Amino acid sequence: MSTILIRGGRILDPASRRDEPGDLWIADGRIARGPGKPDRTIDASGRWVVPGLIDMHVHLREPGREDKETIAGGAAAAVAGGFTSVAAMANAGQPVDSAAGVAYVRARAAETGLANVFPVGAVSKGLAGQELAELGTMAQAGAVAFSDDGHPIANSELLRRALEYARPWNKVVISHCEDTMLTRDAVMNEGRVSVELGLRGWPAVAEASVAARDALLARLTGGRLHLAHVSARETVDILRFMKAAGAPVSAEAAPHHLTCTEECLRAYESRFKVNPPLRAQADVDALVAALADGTIDAIASDHAPHTVEEKERELAACPNGVVGLETTLGVVLTDLVATGRVSAMRTIEAMTTAPARILGIDRGTLADGAVADVTIVDPHLRWTVDPARFRSRGRSSPFTGRELRGAAVVTLVGGRVVYER
Amino acid sequence: MLSALLAKVRWTQRHLLGIRDLSRDEILAVLSVASALKQEKDLGAPLKGRRLLAFFSEASTRTKLSFGIAARALGLEVIDLSPSGSSLTKGETLKDTALTIESMGVRFAVVRHSASGAPHFISRTVRGAVINAGDGANEHPSQALLDLLTMQEALGRTSGLKIALVGDITHSRVARSNLWAHAKLGNEVTLVGPPTLVPREAAALGARITYDLDAVLPEADVVMMLRLQLERQQAGLFPSTMEYHRFWGLTRERFARLKKGAIVMHPGPMNRGLEISAEAADSDRSVILQQVANGVFVRMAVLLLLDQAR
Repeated sequence: MSTILIRGGRILDPASRRDEPGDLWIADGRIARGPGKPDRTIDASGRWVVPGLIDMHVHLREPGREDKETIAGGAAAAVAGGFTSVAAMANAGQPVDSAAGVAYVRARAAETGLANVFPVGAVSKGLAGQELAELGTMAQAGAVAFSDDGHPIANSELLRRALEYARPWNKVVISHCEDTMLTRDAVMNEGRVSVELGLRGWPAVAEASVAARDALLARLTGGRLHLAHVSARETVDILRFMKAAGAPVSAEAAPHHLTCTEECLRAYESRFKVNPPLRAQADVDALVAALADGTIDAIASDHAPHTVEEKERELAACPNGVVGLETTLGVVLTDLVATGRVSAMRTIEAMTTAPARILGIDRGTLADGAVADVTIVDPHLRWTVDPARFRSRGRSSPFTGRELRGAAVVTLVGGRVVYER
Repeated sequence: MLSALLAKVRWTQRHLLGIRDLSRDEILAVLSVASALKQEKDLGAPLKGRRLLAFFSEASTRTKLSFGIAARALGLEVIDLSPSGSSLTKGETLKDTALTIESMGVRFAVVRHSASGAPHFISRTVRGAVINAGDGANEHPSQALLDLLTMQEALGRTSGLKIALVGDITHSRVARSNLWAHAKLGNEVTLVGPPTLVPREAAALGARITYDLDAVLPEADVVMMLRLQLERQQAGLFPSTMEYHRFWGLTRERFARLKKGAIVMHPGPMNRGLEISAEAADSDRSVILQQVANGVFVRMAVLLLLDQAR
């Protein structure tokens, strides 16, 4: 394999708190000590050199809903967005609830050969919320976490058993917090705007109450719990409290929840219909503060592609979810880092070291000998979000038409350049 | 007289999607044109040669009829594309409906739909003027306009009024359109109903909220009773229709406590004996049938104004 020199960039490595100008050497697919004789030199002056970004929450829909997204399409979108690794949720067209499903996802990803795709296995058989799926066998087959995401686990006993049972494999259970008795037919946040627009609301308490139950169960069982797509300030309060109380709990927030509010729904556009819904400004502020102080550990896109036909419908009829792999980095650099609300180091940490730690994968660092997943970021590059240019099959984005500043310009996976802008 | 009036009024809307989008002047323009239309003897057929398409995906009797009468009175050709009476089948998407409307080259599309925002969705595709005839729980703008015309005729003014909106506010597009209108015109609105059907956030729209109908009745100039959908009881939002009637129905006893000169309104269709008693509905203080009659003139006014804004 070849030797690559990435020269003169700002090296940002949250794992070692390193933030300095320097060169990065890659040899035989791993981070190496230079100097040597490079086969290729990449000029990174004016750019950031960071560990390959990790998106721990994406929906790649395969197997079964290849009309929405494929593993190949998702992986291509990932590397174009600067992500070298993604964790693919289990609610594909056919639930990934067995070792065979896990193996299938890994095989398709290996064929594609772009981003690393780490499968998340279902907690329950068929995602039905009734019986535990074969967590141990799936862990052996390469599942990095377990989640029924897309559906909450209404049955407290089932979640308790999952948290207990997953412990020998040290796998995290990722919870989609939603009390569906409170969210039936909801299309947006419950609050002043939903009342004004005559739209059915999804109250924040439907998330926060379930988050509290789940975190208490994590403390009871000692099993690791991760809260997916935290959207509400009440959930942040509970998270902070439960972390202080020693519960083994972590959390992520999505770029749209960190930057958009319920006000976006005023024109009744389906590209703002997500689950959980976009909330109020106070929620956005609480999420950003929690991200900055580490209460929210990770940034994850919840990349949830749907077909154009499904999304081009009135709000009540269209599915929840938007794509995110190709916009997340630009959005957080523009709205969180450039505005000074979250530091570059903390932001990169939330997209590298933090998800790697939660998922227990040996990625997310530029330490000597680490797998050479590296993203080179141009923090000044200006571009406009145009879904027609997405590699993802999904086209629905809350950021369509946004002018962003900052993008991945080179993405390396295992020491191989897999994307160049 | 009418043409002079039309030339004078300020109206900039391409569609009528909601009262929320109208200025105070635009609301008053509709009322003055509608009043003038009531006086007009020989209207001619000012919109002759143009088409109005009605797309009602939810059941409607009076609104659809009223738009049809208004359209024909102006010389419009009326096409009905409502799903029950056409080849449109369930399962066609709203996008295709919008494209179908567009391809028919209509000047006006009158849309009723169960989803809030459906007319907004259609208005992004069609070039003609989209008129919202009721979308989900969002708005029913022509209803609020006919309510205002009726208030003006019965009470002599459309500002400085105390208005009680009684019933299911949460699911009512009539309530929302009225709320927006009264906020713009300077009327004081009190929302009354069970707490499960009166969202507290509505206070932010400038309304007072109370659960005590008896306390409101002696003050109100207008008592507008809203239709109670019986499925709300099945959804667990109140315990029984009898209890609803007991606390929030305009019973004979409550009707007797109305302020002198106050009027009773209802957008229809009524549940007699539930939200409104026969005594109230059929009394000389009830303007419910005037509301229906005024609907035609208000809708004619809207069509004329939208036509000239193109």
